[in-house]
Amino acid sequence: MSHVVSPIRETLVSGGKSYHDVTNDICKQVEGEPTKEWKIAFGVSCLVFAYGAFCLGYTWWQGIGVWGLNKTVGWAWDITNFVWWVGIGHAGTLISAVLLLFRQKWRTSINRSAEAMTIFAVLCAASFILAHMGRPWLFHWALPLPNTFGSLWVNFNSPLVWDVFAISTYLSVSLVFWYMGLVPDLATIRDRAQTKASKFWYGAFSLGWTGSAKTWARYEYVSLILAGISTPLVLSVHTIVSMDFATSVIPGWHTTIFPPYFVAGAIFSGFAMVQSLLLITRVVFKLEDYITIEHIEMMNIIITVTGSIVGIAYLTEFFIAWYSGVEYESYCFINRATGPYWWAYWMMMTCNVVSPQLFWFKKIRTSILVSFILSVVVNVGMWFERFVIIVSSLHRDYLPSSWAMFTPTMFDIGDYIFSFGLFFTLFFLFAKFLPVINMFEVKSVMKGVSTNYPFKKKASGEKEKETVH
Amino acid sequence: MDSTERYLVGVYDDDEEVVAAVTEVKNSGVKIEEVYTPFPIHGLDVAIGHPRTRIPIAAFMFGCLGLICIVSLISYTMYFDWPMIIGGKDYFALPDFIPVSFEGTVLFTAFGMVGTFLVSNSLWPGKVPRTFDLRSTDDKFIMAINMAKNKKSESEIETILRASGAIEVNVKQF
Repeated sequence: MSHVVSPIRETLVSGGKSYHDVTNDICKQVEGEPTKEWKIAFGVSCLVFAYGAFCLGYTWWQGIGVWGLNKTVGWAWDITNFVWWVGIGHAGTLISAVLLLFRQKWRTSINRSAEAMTIFAVLCAASFILAHMGRPWLFHWALPLPNTFGSLWVNFNSPLVWDVFAISTYLSVSLVFWYMGLVPDLATIRDRAQTKASKFWYGAFSLGWTGSAKTWARYEYVSLILAGISTPLVLSVHTIVSMDFATSVIPGWHTTIFPPYFVAGAIFSGFAMVQSLLLITRVVFKLEDYITIEHIEMMNIIITVTGSIVGIAYLTEFFIAWYSGVEYESYCFINRATGPYWWAYWMMMTCNVVSPQLFWFKKIRTSILVSFILSVVVNVGMWFERFVIIVSSLHRDYLPSSWAMFTPTMFDIGDYIFSFGLFFTLFFLFAKFLPVINMFEVKSVMKGVSTNYPFKKKASGEKEKETVH
Repeated sequence: MDSTERYLVGVYDDDEEVVAAVTEVKNSGVKIEEVYTPFPIHGLDVAIGHPRTRIPIAAFMFGCLGLICIVSLISYTMYFDWPMIIGGKDYFALPDFIPVSFEGTVLFTAFGMVGTFLVSNSLWPGKVPRTFDLRSTDDKFIMAINMAKNKKSESEIETILRASGAIEVNVKQF
């Protein structure tokens, strides 16, 4: 048994925790009464959700004419929000799958909430897909189901149909991955449960888990293979999202750089969102020993790397628009930077390209306050990126007489608010009723990463365990 | 024979120790039923002597099944049932079908593999587990010894368990 960790690694669990402390610290939140802070936060998110639900309900009732779309700008906030949320979702899978494959032990404290975030973000994204269909009750027309029109099938050549498959596969596989990770921890809560209700519910959902060696051996293969298939899956999802644009012939969209550029942007915004959520969670739930400055720093480093990739992609796009010699393409990019939507473009440039570069300074990337502010800034920037790509490419087309601007109505805004309400309501429910940190994974890496791990010495005076920090 | 099964339960409180103990107990000629741990320990299943899991084979098979199903669906709809020229491409435009085929393969692999996992470990919603010690999902490592499958006496086995580092030895009947 080796728990060897590189000597340059900082400890990932501080405070000299024992296995039992981990169980206690994480279960405390689930078992106790909800705190006042939680109740207030949950109440506010429910109100936001209710207002958003009204707006979305109105949109569904009246049709998407209530949005500010016009003949020229036929896609705006709906698709912007969709791409934004899907992108945010990617970080959860990245953290749990890719970092698992790379054996990054620091992922264990954050993967549970990041995966939960993935699922909720993809649900938010799905709400925009449904809304922008116009007649959401006919969403099954996007599926290859036998019908009375022929049968007339969906077009498997179309990236929009690829998207239907990609998003639904991604959502369901992420859900399975997350739930499988939860089962052993739910069993822990079941075995500690005091009340009848929690005995019943955690008992039902922990599937009769016992943690036998045989089950664990299979379980580890299941996790590994799920991680192995989720990694290309997550890359395929945003690649396909980018193809919704890239396979069209609209200047500004028709570029081959889109797939890698979108994937990098997705990781970038997703990690920023994980960062924002974790910085709040660690304070509210007093998890400073599990989510340490080291974790925050690692996340910031990934944000810098992906932010730089995104920055290079922006510059490459610009260069290629000029180098291609296509007038329409060049105009589109000049219009983005200097046209009526210049403010959106420069907002995007500042937030996404300039701000993450501040993380080169160790003082900044280990500062909790700055990390939080910058993580929000990055997500603002990433929303503007999608807005710039979508609206500024559409609003001035080949025919100057049809040039137009896009102005959001209260329903564009309200539907966006809906997604926030949905996201935070779900996240708060998750944070109250489920363990926010993957207990068994933290325990399994503790010997290598916890301070003063050999927290107990055997009475019989057994050999001292060597723990490399 | 009455329906109760009698188990001797050794409780350990360290993951490295329990792996060493498994080998020790086995070498003393005691047959171990199973070891229950709060987190996966590499090499524990090998030490107990469990056969290697065949889950990856199941996953691969489900992946193949998924690929076959989804490619059949696409070729039936796009080539046989209602062929249409779209964007000047062949009816069977293979490169266009790669994304959906991939997603289908992943979907079948994930659900098939997890389903196999649940069935093979007989885990289902609402199942009441056979728990030897409630602390086995918290911080203790539990070794269960089925008395019916062992010839040695209880006191003998208890001595062996204690010698291998067990902090407690309990009796559990089901």
